[in-house]
Amino acid sequence: MAAMTPTAPHAPAGVPGADTARPAPRPEPRRAGPPRPRIWRGAVLALAGAYFLVPLVASFVFTVHVPGRGISFEAYTGLLAADGFTRSLLLSLGLAAATIALSLLLAVPALIAVRIGSPRLRPVVEVVCMLPLVVPPIALVTGITTVLRWGPDHLSRTPLYQTFLAVQDERFPVVLVLAYTVLALPFVHRSLDAGLRAVDVPTLVEAARSCGAGWPHVVLRVLLPNLRASLAGAAFLTLALVLGEFTIASLLGFRPFAVWIVSISGAQARMSVAVSILSLLITWLLLLALSRAGAAPASTATAATTSRKES
Amino acid sequence: MSPSTTPRTPTAPPVDRTAGGAARRRRRGPRTWLAVLPLLAFTGLCFGLPLGAIAFGAVTRSDPASGATALTGEHLARSLQGPYLDSLIGSVQLSALTALIGGVLGVVIAQAVVTSGSAGLRGATLTASGVLANFGGVPLAFAFIATAGISGVVTRLADLGGLGWNLYSFTGLTVVYLYFLTPLMVLVIAPALDGLRPQWREAAQNSGATAGQFWRHVGLPVLAPSLLGGFVLLFGTAFAAHATAAALVGGSVPLVTLKIADALSGNVLTGQENVALALGLDMILIAGLVMAVYLPLQRRSARWLR
Repeated sequence: MAAMTPTAPHAPAGVPGADTARPAPRPEPRRAGPPRPRIWRGAVLALAGAYFLVPLVASFVFTVHVPGRGISFEAYTGLLAADGFTRSLLLSLGLAAATIALSLLLAVPALIAVRIGSPRLRPVVEVVCMLPLVVPPIALVTGITTVLRWGPDHLSRTPLYQTFLAVQDERFPVVLVLAYTVLALPFVHRSLDAGLRAVDVPTLVEAARSCGAGWPHVVLRVLLPNLRASLAGAAFLTLALVLGEFTIASLLGFRPFAVWIVSISGAQARMSVAVSILSLLITWLLLLALSRAGAAPASTATAATTSRKES
Repeated sequence: MSPSTTPRTPTAPPVDRTAGGAARRRRRGPRTWLAVLPLLAFTGLCFGLPLGAIAFGAVTRSDPASGATALTGEHLARSLQGPYLDSLIGSVQLSALTALIGGVLGVVIAQAVVTSGSAGLRGATLTASGVLANFGGVPLAFAFIATAGISGVVTRLADLGGLGWNLYSFTGLTVVYLYFLTPLMVLVIAPALDGLRPQWREAAQNSGATAGQFWRHVGLPVLAPSLLGGFVLLFGTAFAAHATAAALVGGSVPLVTLKIADALSGNVLTGQENVALALGLDMILIAGLVMAVYLPLQRRSARWLR
């Protein structure tokens, strides 16, 4: 608060004549402010950085340094040969791709529609998309197991039973894709909604429509390019969610990546930590690539809109 | 439905290509709500159905012999007694504590980054937060076991064991949960902090307000809905977290998610599954209550932070 007082003398000192004569000193008090926050800011960022970096560095040290035996990279070199590594990773990636496709296919048309034509449905869509946040995955999985048990119990004579079996196929459990899409909806909605909020959708649509564009053209060539950054964000969040998901998969008895890590942790602690680090690094790189891909057009787009507003 | 649409369809296409006014009418013409239907159908089937199964299973009991189903409050009552009640209380305590600490830390970090005015720092922080917020679950548990577990690197270097540190405890879980809750708060609150226009602060300063007054009368009221919203999101995330705790503490800290997993997968006592459903319903009700506070707040914050 003491730092604020120096600004006070400036204000009364501004005698009408002096004020008009010297307009330059005005920015000065603001420039005098920063040094104090800069220390505060540096301390905050340093502490936060330490807290978030130490476990990563320590985990790496844990994987390469065996007490009494020195440095060894066995935990990493043995990975590809490890039983189940490739299979579980490919399964997780496949599930992630399917989940991303499904969640975007569901959410993008719905969100665009409530923007342009059905604003009264907007709260409905928002609540529907946000509700999965209220229902913890572990509660959802209790419900899913109950529903899946209906298959053998009540439907064994109907064709629906085959659907129940197909959905639980060990090689590609569609039931996980469905569950993951439910879990991903809040994030997809958040990301897309933010993207749509930044774009003047009705104007764009009206302009494109009056130029004679059809609806597929409007969505694919006009709206989606404007949403590239938020689409990438939604896809990334979903990917990270699916790669790391453990609860539903393990309780339903499937074995994607996260379940596999736990299954080897007892026998090969170092390798399980090594895989944990690698999964973080991979997601990090993916995000960087995606944000780079999405950010470039987005920043030019925002630059364009701001310049349009200024002019 | 057909009487309202039939008069419009014949006129719309020809007019549409000629005048702008018709385009506006056309905008209402296509039944845009059709595009919302797949989403609603999907959530109804894949989300509503399991939810219904939870609610149904939690309040009914079916006799395996006769197949008859009867209403009962027994499962819900059992879910609110003894070890199950302890686990619920433990979960609520852990979630509230971690959400509070994580929320405060997240705001402080986000404010430091936002006010720095450095686009690079901001981008890096938000990117890192996006990753770390999703770094919950199993890999996080293993990273912390390698760091601060019994034979962890930091434990040995700093002799944490001698200081009474135990990762596999309530405190340990708090420290671990903060690892993904704090970045989550940064992600949530950074846009809100961006929405605090520097002009407002300048206006407050010019009318003689101190920094404290600015925050009390302008900053916090504008941020309040976002702050509460962030807290709620953190609470929900911590409350729902299962994988981290499962990989970390096993059964030594009473948490409702661990109890449900036990009841679902482990010992198959009859009726145990229905208690799991009842516990699931308890969790949903608690989280739903918190959400009921959040939604009106969020609508309020949208007014300021566009």
